[in-house]
Amino acid sequence: MSAEVVFYLLAAFAVGSALLCITQRNVLASALWLVSTMFSLAAIYVLLQAQFLAAIQVLVYAGAVMVLFVFVIMLLNVGRSASDIRGLPVRVIALLVGVGLMVQLFLLSRVTPGSLAAGIGITAGAGSPMDAFPAGQAGADAPGLQGVVGAIAEPLFRTYLVPFEITSILLLAAAVGAVVLAKRKL
Amino acid sequence: MLLGPSLLLSAVLFTIGVVGVLLRRNAIVLFMCVELMLNAVNLTFIAFSQVLGLGGQVMVFFVMTVAAAEAAVGLAIILAIFRHTRSVDLKNINLLQG
Repeated sequence: MSAEVVFYLLAAFAVGSALLCITQRNVLASALWLVSTMFSLAAIYVLLQAQFLAAIQVLVYAGAVMVLFVFVIMLLNVGRSASDIRGLPVRVIALLVGVGLMVQLFLLSRVTPGSLAAGIGITAGAGSPMDAFPAGQAGADAPGLQGVVGAIAEPLFRTYLVPFEITSILLLAAAVGAVVLAKRKL
Repeated sequence: MLLGPSLLLSAVLFTIGVVGVLLRRNAIVLFMCVELMLNAVNLTFIAFSQVLGLGGQVMVFFVMTVAAAEAAVGLAIILAIFRHTRSVDLKNINLLQG
């Protein structure tokens, strides 16, 4: 099977799981369908040459974050409740907003490297459109030179070092905040 | 190079997330729909990082961290609200409605 066929299979799986996630009455089933969406997205990341992020997606998103969700759902025992899907007027509004957003975002599907280069005013030259993007070419070559993790680590710890450190402060603040909020009495 | 199809998939997932936020009244499901939208944006970053370099993948790293922090704090808030009103249904959470 070519990469395209695999991609479309995974994409159909992701969209189907996402639709089931927002329509399931049972909150726990909803959470598990979201895990399924995240797994198919992780597989798509591998197809898009982002193997490290695929692993992180499974570990952090489908693992840690969704376990937190399932934990809270079971703690609050809200699995079996009456349907919480809103009434007909809101459904119509949601459908209209969805269709409107989809029509706008549909333009994205026509983006190609060539149109991207033309859009930001770079002339691609005679060769392939990718010649206009040396950074993309370097990014595609980096895993072969530095390894899959090293290719991400180099920009993360050089160009984006300050945002990385700020992220650690954010995580500390979130951990303290979550404990304070969830505690009954300080 | 699956740039166009990836962007289309991310658009579809983002739209499903928005529709889910509008459609559901359960605060936990609302949070999961926000996570779905964040995932769609991550897919856009990774699709563009194929062409524009690895900076996009680093940005996905940051988005995941912020999403994890947001989920922890948000679920703690939902827990506190549940203790107060014994419900996670948004129709019972209307203190700010006046």
